[in-house]
Amino acid sequence: MITQSRIEELKRFARQIRLETMKEFRALGFGHVGGSMSIIDLLAVLYGAVMHIDPDRPVWEDRDWLIMSKGHAGPALYATLALKGFFPVSDLQTLNQPGTNFPSHCDRNKTRGVDMTTGSLGQGMSTAIGVALGNRLDRRKSYTYLVLGDGECNEGQVWEGALFAAHRKLSNLIGFIDCNKKQLDGYTKDICDLGNLAAKFSVFNWFAQEIDGSDVGQIITAIEKAKLQQEQPSMIVLNTVKGAGCSFAENALMNHHMFFTREQADEVIAALEAGPEGANK
Amino acid sequence: MTILLAKDNVEEKIAMRDVYCQSLIEHAEKDGRIVALDADLMNSLGMTSFQKRFPERMFNCGVQEANMIGVAAGLSATGKVPYAHSFGTFATRRCFDQIFLSAAYAKLNVRIVGSDPGVAAAYNGGTHMPFEDAGIMRNIPEITVLEPTDSVMLRDLLQQSTQLYGVFYIRLLRKPAVKVYEEGSKFEIGKAIQLLEGTDATIIATGLVVSESLEAAKKLASEGVSVRVMNMFTLKPIDREAVVKCACETGAIVTAENHNILNGLGSAVAEVLAENAPVPMERVGINDLFGEVGPTDYLQQRFELTAADIAKKVMKVIGRKQSNATGILPEKTNVHQAGKR
Repeated sequence: MITQSRIEELKRFARQIRLETMKEFRALGFGHVGGSMSIIDLLAVLYGAVMHIDPDRPVWEDRDWLIMSKGHAGPALYATLALKGFFPVSDLQTLNQPGTNFPSHCDRNKTRGVDMTTGSLGQGMSTAIGVALGNRLDRRKSYTYLVLGDGECNEGQVWEGALFAAHRKLSNLIGFIDCNKKQLDGYTKDICDLGNLAAKFSVFNWFAQEIDGSDVGQIITAIEKAKLQQEQPSMIVLNTVKGAGCSFAENALMNHHMFFTREQADEVIAALEAGPEGANK
Repeated sequence: MTILLAKDNVEEKIAMRDVYCQSLIEHAEKDGRIVALDADLMNSLGMTSFQKRFPERMFNCGVQEANMIGVAAGLSATGKVPYAHSFGTFATRRCFDQIFLSAAYAKLNVRIVGSDPGVAAAYNGGTHMPFEDAGIMRNIPEITVLEPTDSVMLRDLLQQSTQLYGVFYIRLLRKPAVKVYEEGSKFEIGKAIQLLEGTDATIIATGLVVSESLEAAKKLASEGVSVRVMNMFTLKPIDREAVVKCACETGAIVTAENHNILNGLGSAVAEVLAENAPVPMERVGINDLFGEVGPTDYLQQRFELTAADIAKKVMKVIGRKQSNATGILPEKTNVHQAGKR
């Protein structure tokens, strides 16, 4: 069981990641704010308490892998990796600048600690399966963690992979869906209704759970349950808020990629720096 | 590179698919990194033998090419060397974005095998007839596109591919090929091979029409026309040096391919010529048409891929070369017809 103090520590880590992510965006005045902010509590749990990684050996063979299939959440992942010591936090300020190692979408060849190149939605599902299969073939005990967006689940490739991973009984693959209810053009229910994603994955023979994706305690418990599975891949549907922790993004309908003023960013950063009392979440 | 040419260009006894499967099993015995993937066409290729020998290392993904390519890319990220197969149509058209991003842009290590090139798709017809596969793949930076000519070349290129890194597209005939090389030949990826010397024109050929090109050159030789024949089995990176050398030395080029002349070998050679040595050129290949059903020999005639078609284009290009030498401009009708395409 995780202690309350550990939970508080992870919440602090999540707040730090949000802070550094917002500072990345502030330097530009635009970016994929919504989908970056909504996945940060998961990243805090994975990198703060779950994954076996070593910042000094980013491609260590026995590490756990993270495939950020919703590649536009790169800025959140970069902030997480910087805070874990993969590179200096100051490097984050080069996001999307000419020659940067921190592009909008994740690139395994550019950013230390990024395990897979993603950005064309749906593809991370399959590459994650490949990684999990390869590690299982080599009898490694590592886990592959996969992060999908809910809008991303419009892609047929997600469902090809869903069939295949279950058929192969890939219990070393643990997926998450950042179910923030919105995609680029608006609400998922208005564009191509996804229905009950947990039920769908369950029918596809995955071990599916649905939790509050902003509750670090629930995330840890769900991962622990997923790791008990021997015959099935796991999918954890995270109910999240698109833009979580960034008031101007939370309040905007169209918040997948957005422009904002420096004052707006400063306000969010000040609130995050003020701690849990100051943050609007 | 060591090239030993066969004396007679006759159909081989062994099918190319059998050579592929046997070779891959042999390499997999020695190299635990090698894995194979298929999209419900294992039986067509004969990979059931690989599955029997290495059940843990054969992944039949079912009818899902996009997922198969992504899985192959992921496997390669963990150090595996994957060979992923489907028919050429589906191995390229259905999963171009996955090949482009998950494999090539991500700089991973994946071999894609597209079988039944062009008219070899025969009785599966137009839906299954890839006239565009190599051209599609040629658009991807840093990729290597290969079309093994016969069993000797296939064995050698497969062996090389196990040791190389990157994304490879291998255009694979499943049936027996016409023998062009003798055992012991060693090939260099990216280097064209001269099969016949000649001075009046050069045929640059790949795949199934290499043997047709040899036949055309031999027929023309008997009529006093000296034609060089090159085998350009690497479509990308194309051997620019060889193309320019042939242009300078023979002054006229004909390309021959079992593929659309757009984006395939004809385009690739034209690009080199236009930039380096613009000499008269003609292209034998699919003239921007869809495929159709029928036996391969019928389709070769239907799409003008025979030795006679190649010989006709050689005589035409030599005529243009001679006209150019006397200052006569190309016929206007040619330009007009080209514009209609």
